[in-house]
Amino acid sequence: MIEQTERRVISVIVMNEASVLSRIAGLFSGRGYNIESLTVAPIPDSKYSRITIVTAGSVRVVEQITKQLHKLIPVLKVYEHADLVETEIALVKIPMSESLGDVEALTHAYNGRIVNVGSDTMIVMVTDEPMRVNHFLEAIKRFHPKEIVRSGSVALER
Amino acid sequence: MQISGAQMVIEALIAEEVEVVFGYPGGAIMNVYDEIYKQRSFQHILTRHEQAAVHAAEGYSKATGKVGVAMITSGPGFTNGVTGLADAYMDSIPLVLISGQVPMSLIGTDAFQEIDAVGISRPCTKHNYLVTDAADLPRILKEAFYIARTGRPGPVHVDIPKDVTAQIAKFDYSKEVDLETYKPNTKGNTRQIKKAIDAIAHAKRPLLYLGGGIINANAAELVREFSKMTQIPAVETFMARGTLRYDDPLLISMLGMHGSYAANMAMSETDLVIGLGARFDDRVTGKLSEFAKNAQIIHVDIDPASISKLVNAHFPIVGDVKNVLEQMIPLAKEQVDPKRYESWHNTIANFNKLHPLSYKEEGDRLKPQWVVERIGQLLGDGANISTDVGQHQMWSAQFYPFTRPRQWVSSGGLGTMGFGFPAAIGVKRADMDRVSINITGDGSILMNIQELMTAVEYKLPVINVILNNNFLGMVRQWQTLFYDKRHSSTDLSVQPDFVKLVEAFGGVGYRVTTKEEFDAALKDAVEKNVVAIIDVVVNRFENVLPMVPAGGSLFNMMLEYKEK
Repeated sequence: MIEQTERRVISVIVMNEASVLSRIAGLFSGRGYNIESLTVAPIPDSKYSRITIVTAGSVRVVEQITKQLHKLIPVLKVYEHADLVETEIALVKIPMSESLGDVEALTHAYNGRIVNVGSDTMIVMVTDEPMRVNHFLEAIKRFHPKEIVRSGSVALER
Repeated sequence: MQISGAQMVIEALIAEEVEVVFGYPGGAIMNVYDEIYKQRSFQHILTRHEQAAVHAAEGYSKATGKVGVAMITSGPGFTNGVTGLADAYMDSIPLVLISGQVPMSLIGTDAFQEIDAVGISRPCTKHNYLVTDAADLPRILKEAFYIARTGRPGPVHVDIPKDVTAQIAKFDYSKEVDLETYKPNTKGNTRQIKKAIDAIAHAKRPLLYLGGGIINANAAELVREFSKMTQIPAVETFMARGTLRYDDPLLISMLGMHGSYAANMAMSETDLVIGLGARFDDRVTGKLSEFAKNAQIIHVDIDPASISKLVNAHFPIVGDVKNVLEQMIPLAKEQVDPKRYESWHNTIANFNKLHPLSYKEEGDRLKPQWVVERIGQLLGDGANISTDVGQHQMWSAQFYPFTRPRQWVSSGGLGTMGFGFPAAIGVKRADMDRVSINITGDGSILMNIQELMTAVEYKLPVINVILNNNFLGMVRQWQTLFYDKRHSSTDLSVQPDFVKLVEAFGGVGYRVTTKEEFDAALKDAVEKNVVAIIDVVVNRFENVLPMVPAGGSLFNMMLEYKEK
C-alpha cells in the first residue's frame, strides 16, 4: 500500500519543563519518522514553550502522531493543518573574494542583509518563508558559500 | 510538616489509602524501605523478582479497580520492572511504580546500579517523573495517582534519587491536583450521542462491540442494562470478558483471531457497530479493509487517540463509557424498539448452530478445553481467573463461564508470558474470599516460577493449573499451520517435576492425567487452601480454533485442522 506523503508543520504548546522535548521527539523516533526541523523557545510571561516541528510522512501517521501529542500530559495545545504563517532564518558565510555589491543585491531580494563582515568572510542573513529560503540558498551558490545554517521554521496560526 | 522524602512516600501512600505495596528493596530505595519497616498502615509484599512485583500490582488493580503500587530499586531492579510497566500501559491498568535512583550528584556518571530510568519508561508509561527536589515530592506523588486513575488509566513511574529520599522538606498533601494541560473529557458530546441513538433506532443489524474500557470504567452493569433494554446482541473482546454473563442470551461470544464463528460472522454482517471502550486491535479486526464492511461505526472511548485510529468512526464519542451510557440509556428507552431486531437474532442463532465453540473428546487423553470448562463447572463465580500467555490463555477466554467483570485477569495487549502467577497473587490479595486460579502453560509458568516463595510466605494460596502439552503450544500451532511443521525451539519435552518443584517451596503438587484425578486434585487444593500446582497432562497437538490467520478477514476462519 503506497501512502500519501506530505510536508507537515505541527505547532505544539507545552509546559516548559525538562522532559517534554524527549517525550515529543520519542513519538517520531519510535515510528522511524525523521523530524526535518524543530524549534523550541519559551512563550514570554508564561510557563509554556512553543515547539514548531516540520516533518514529512504519511498523512495517516502524522495525524496519529498529532493525537498522541495531545495525550502527553505536559502538552496544552496542538496546531496541525492550521493556516500558519511560517518563517525561517538562514545564515550564509561567503568568502570576501565575492562581490559585496552582488551579494547584497541578492540578499536584499529575500528580505536579508549582510550582518557581519570580516577580513576573509562575510555573513549574510535572510528571513523568509522556508520555500523562499530554499530558492535563496539555490541562488547564493554562485557566490561559493562556505557554510550555511538554517534555523528551522517558526510558525504562528493566522 | 517537615519530613524526609522517604517519609513523604509513606505519608502519600497512606493518604491514597494504599493497603498493599508489592516490591523488592535495593541500595537506592533503602531510605524508603527503612520507613516502610517503621509503619503499620499498609502491607509490603516482597516478591522474588521485580517484574513479579509490578505484575502483582497489576493483578491487584485489575481485581479491585484501585491504583496498584509497586516499589523497586534503581538499575537492574528498575529494568526488571519495565515489562510490567509496558504490560500495564498496553492494558490501561492504573499503577504507580516508585523506583530508587542513584543520588543526584552521581546521575550521569555511570554510577553503580545507575540507568536512565525515565528515559526507558517514557514510551511505556502514561507519564513519568524524575524527582529532583523533595519539596516537589508531595505534588508529584499526588499527580501520579491522579494521572494513573483518571482518563484512560495507565501506569505512572516516579523515579526518586537516594539523596532526595533523605532530604527534609515541607509535606502538604492537601492541595488538589491542578494540571492545566491535562483535563480528561469524561462526558460525551450530547449531539453526537443523539445522532448515535438515531442510528441505532434505524439499524437493522446493530452489534455491541464491548471492550476492556467497560471494565476499567466500572460500566458493566450499565452495559447489561442497555443490552437488555434494547435487545441488541453483543460480542466481547478478550479484555471485556465478564462484562455480560456467559449465559446471557444476547452475548454471542468473544470475537477476533480466536473468536467464535458466530461472533466473527456477526461482526462481518452487522450494519452498525456500537463500540464501547474497545480499540479495534489487530487481533480483533483481522484484515482492516474487510472488517465490518457493511457497517457504520459508533465509537465511544475515553481516549481520543483511539477513535478512528484504525477504523474510521462515523459517530465518534469521546467520554467515559459509564457517563456516555448514562446519557444514552434514557434516549434509547424512548427511541429504540427492542422487537426490531428479531430476524437479526435468528441469523445469529443460525451462526451459533452452524459452528458453535466446541472441541472433540479423544479417548482417555485430557483435552485442555475440558479442563477450563471443568474449572468453571466446579468453581464458576467463586473463582477469579488469571492466565499466562499462549494457547491456554485463548482456551480460558473461550471456555470459562465468566459471570462478572474483574473476574478475568490476563495480559492482552503486551501478551506477557510470566504475567499470570504474580497477577494471581495480586488478585488473591485483593479478594481473599474467592479462589485465585492461574491457568497457565508449561512454558509460561517457568517465567515467574520463583513467585511460589512469595505466595507461600504471605499465605496467598494461588492454584496454578498447568495445561501441560510439553510445547510452547501457540508458537508450535503456528509452526504446524504456517511453517510446514518445523517445530523450531518449541519442544519442551525436558521439564522439571512440577510436583516436587512446588513441594520444595512448601506448596502442594498434583500430576493429573484423567478427569477423575483432575476433579480430585482441584477439590483437594481448594479445600487445603494452599499454594498449589496442578500439572495436567493434555493432548499435545491440540490447536486453538477457530482461527483467523494473521491479516486474514474475520469471516475467513479456519474452523478445523486436518492433517495434511
